[in-house]
Amino acid sequence: MFSSFMVNSWIVATMVAIVAGVTGLFVIIRGNTFAAHTLPLSTFPGAAAAKLIGVNELWGLLTFAVLGVVGISQLGRHQRNDVATALTLMTLLGLGTLFLSLSNEYSQGVYALLFGQVLGVSRGEIAPVALISVVAVGLIILLFRPLLLNSISPDLGTARGISNRRVELLFLAILGLATAMALPVVGALLVFSLMLGPASTARLLTDQPLRALSLCVGIALLTVWAALALSYTTNWPVGFFVGGLAALSYGLGRGWAWVRAARAIHEVAAGR
Amino acid sequence: MSHLISAIFQPGFFSNGPVHTAMIIGGGAAVVSACIGVFTIIRGQSFAGHALADVSSAGGAASFLLGVNPMFGFLGMAVLAASAMELIGVSRARERDLVTGIVLGAGLGLTALLLYFDVTSHSTTGAATSVMFGSMFGVPASIIPAALIIALAVILLVIIIYRPLLLSSLDSTLAAVQGINVRLTGLLHLLMLSLAVTLSAMTIGAILSTALLIGPAAAALRLTKRAGTAICLAALIGVGATWGGILLAYDSYNWTPGHGWPVSFFIVSIIFVVYLLTGLRGQRGRFAIPAANSLVRL
Repeated sequence: MFSSFMVNSWIVATMVAIVAGVTGLFVIIRGNTFAAHTLPLSTFPGAAAAKLIGVNELWGLLTFAVLGVVGISQLGRHQRNDVATALTLMTLLGLGTLFLSLSNEYSQGVYALLFGQVLGVSRGEIAPVALISVVAVGLIILLFRPLLLNSISPDLGTARGISNRRVELLFLAILGLATAMALPVVGALLVFSLMLGPASTARLLTDQPLRALSLCVGIALLTVWAALALSYTTNWPVGFFVGGLAALSYGLGRGWAWVRAARAIHEVAAGR
Repeated sequence: MSHLISAIFQPGFFSNGPVHTAMIIGGGAAVVSACIGVFTIIRGQSFAGHALADVSSAGGAASFLLGVNPMFGFLGMAVLAASAMELIGVSRARERDLVTGIVLGAGLGLTALLLYFDVTSHSTTGAATSVMFGSMFGVPASIIPAALIIALAVILLVIIIYRPLLLSSLDSTLAAVQGINVRLTGLLHLLMLSLAVTLSAMTIGAILSTALLIGPAAAALRLTKRAGTAICLAALIGVGATWGGILLAYDSYNWTPGHGWPVSFFIVSIIFVVYLLTGLRGQRGRFAIPAANSLVRL
């Protein structure tokens, strides 16, 4: 499990989990679930396009991440947010089917891009992924306060002179970056699961932003590591374990919140 | 003139069996999706629509594995997911998106696993593509009757509950005051959504069925504020795009010899171009949409 070719996978998966955990918390607070699902899916045609013209996969992914962000924010000017997101999603995915079909790697390509492929990480891929993770996490730390303020109360943010549109665009850009790097590992369909599961669980457990953030990263790391180990031993796709574990952690979080609420009611009743 | 016609409609287009089946099922899927799509947009449930379609892919993958008719696989999983979302039932929009996302993630994980089994046990690598991106020309003709019955049932249901459904979609509080069972109309909407999604998942694929659901309806709602007119317009756009896409895909076998371009790509492109064109229609259309909720008339 820790043989030389797996070491790269462990390193990359760890970075992916940290970035997904950090961005995931804001996805939850801002209610950007649909965008978090759409960006990876509209980014994956980039990988197919890159293969088609023979450049590094990462460039293709980044280009399409930008297209996705621009699509969501531009179409969103004249349209409800969820509709704009759906329109962006369908258009870029449509392009994806074309690229995949033209590149003659249709079937295997589709499967790996949609559901992830952890075993194929080469040493050369680590450096760019590390760079992107540092940039994405750095941006979030730098923008932590305005992001948080704008996420919780847009009106208060506007009063303090924070432009809502600009914050939204910036956040989408960070999301796009995180997506582009995580995609080859976890797969387009489950990147968002890795953002959603840990963050929604963390938010159920605590109200404090910083504590939630560390919990979030912790759960994301556990999810990815467990998924990688299980996938290695069973040979089943990583995506299955990531999706399943994310749902499991959310279920446990809700159970815990329910128990806590029930106990509080019980204590109040006993006090009387 | 006849040259032009034979250039547009390549020889054999009208006598080709798979093309017939694709046009019938694709047309039916487009009409039903357009009808439901208008309500879905008004209700602000685009994400739920997309999620149902994605999750239904697990059913499609399972039916490949078991060797049964894919329609029942898609349908079963879509209905299951719709009831799961309804059961967890959270009223706050943000929390609802979250639950939808979690269900979606788990469902997609299951799809990944089932497709993996497909590949290992049947050594059919095509399962992933045909489940996720559709196999328009591979739809068996035997499905036509069942698909048409589903389509007719949905359209009939929409006609019967048109007013309560529209009112509860526009303003659920007002609808409740008028004595409409909002929970029931919501449930019926989700059910019809899963039926629509099933039909389009078979034709343009599970993750692209959002295109038929949201695209034509979004374009139509930019042109008119009347829900009834919007439904008819959306159906027209949807059917036009689907048939146009099938035609172009059939023709594309001659562009790149021996290798056709995917139908789904053409359909999605046509829908997107139509959507962009509807935006050119002056101020009225542009300002009507951001607040579609309050402006759509009964």
